[in-house]
Amino acid sequence: MDRRVVISGVGIYSVLGKNIEEVTNSLYKGTSGIGLDENRKELGFRSMLTGKLERPNLKKLLSRRQRIGIPEQGEYAYMATVEAFENAKIDMDFLEKNEVGILYGNDSSSIPVIESIDRVRETKDTTLLGSGSIFQSMNSTISMNLSVIFKLRGINFTVSGACASSSHAVGMAYFLIKHGYQDIVLCGGGQEINPESMGSFDGLSAFSVRHDDPQAASRPFDKNRDGLIPSGGGASLVVETLESALKRGADIVAEINGYGFSSNGDHISVPNQEGPTISLERCLQDANMAARDIDYVNAHATSTPVGDTMEARALNTVFGGCKTPISSTKSMTGHEMWMGGASELIYSSIMMDKSFIAPNINFESPDEDSSKLNIISQTTEKELNTVLSNSFGFGGTNSTIILSKYKK
Amino acid sequence: MERTEIKKIVDEFLIDEFEIEQDVIADDAHLIDDLGLESLDFVDIVVIIEKEFGFKVQREEMKDIRVLADLYEYIEKNA
Repeated sequence: MDRRVVISGVGIYSVLGKNIEEVTNSLYKGTSGIGLDENRKELGFRSMLTGKLERPNLKKLLSRRQRIGIPEQGEYAYMATVEAFENAKIDMDFLEKNEVGILYGNDSSSIPVIESIDRVRETKDTTLLGSGSIFQSMNSTISMNLSVIFKLRGINFTVSGACASSSHAVGMAYFLIKHGYQDIVLCGGGQEINPESMGSFDGLSAFSVRHDDPQAASRPFDKNRDGLIPSGGGASLVVETLESALKRGADIVAEINGYGFSSNGDHISVPNQEGPTISLERCLQDANMAARDIDYVNAHATSTPVGDTMEARALNTVFGGCKTPISSTKSMTGHEMWMGGASELIYSSIMMDKSFIAPNINFESPDEDSSKLNIISQTTEKELNTVLSNSFGFGGTNSTIILSKYKK
Repeated sequence: MERTEIKKIVDEFLIDEFEIEQDVIADDAHLIDDLGLESLDFVDIVVIIEKEFGFKVQREEMKDIRVLADLYEYIEKNA
């Protein structure tokens, strides 16, 4: 049983904007969402660079009981989900009458964990933690909260696959829907931005220290890149069968044509070329497409020296002869980590819908490997019918998804 | 501590923290049926009592508290 799988609604709350319209404008203009957080210096961080995002105020939107178990990244995810369901023409009445699942990407929830441990160590009394702490602390915090708020009764769990978490979440939903196990699944990714969650990552010296020019610090594929910039927010996608989307009269955002995955089975933090290549090839095979069929690649490229090199080599292996346009939107957003797979599918779908390629800003000088790729550094008007998005993570987890413009 | 002062503090946290409408707050208001509290809310009430009134609540003692007057009385006895 193979069914066509589509995205029928998207929503986003990111450093590029707090809804699809704002994000579309930022992508088109090549606006950076990166800034400095002086607090990180006091905490002993090597890098003060971060994506900048205000937390939403949910007090008027949710009851106390609904809010109390939601941590920072859950707030972003909630805002994105409200927009995604609205765009998909799904309301609470529909959710009460139809089975909808949730597969959401998330791989940390630092502040509630830190605060609860601090409090217990100080007071020696667990009863003082209150009722919300446990639900905020668990990795599955977003899927557990959103499933209750939106009355979701289908599949329900969190996918934790490092920086490929939410790409895998969409891939899993695609498989379940394609093969008839679910009709509609809410997918997405949430990522906390607070400094405490990023201390250990900063300790690996993985972050850029280009403090004198924050908006030029994220420079994927550029010869002078010096590390990634942590970022975050929430990104949600309603994934469902073509049939159910049409039945509801929803506008189809994109069709999901293929999902590829692989594991490097190699180093815990240093990526290689072979794993991503397998993921790319497997995705093309699943979509029954060749490299020349892809109109645009949204690269994972985070602006780290080794990571971008390995991805450039993998892309050159697969797309070498095609001159496929490539950009990394992380040049503007920074690295949205657990959220990145979902958000970058949304960014790619926006480009496909509005017929442009968002620029890989700060790409000024190629290195040996990126010089072999067609990296787009300026906003380019172009009709896109198929887009491919890569997401890779620690432990060598790789995920690739292909979307296309919906055609009857 | 005087009962009136206890009432003032308890009513205030029910309104501010638990977002309960002022007009449903009364001595004979049932915590679950009238105020809409649920099992997890009692975990937070324990925290607030300890913070506001300075004594440690044993969860099993809360079993007999059904209406607001029971809660005021329980605090009055222990604070």
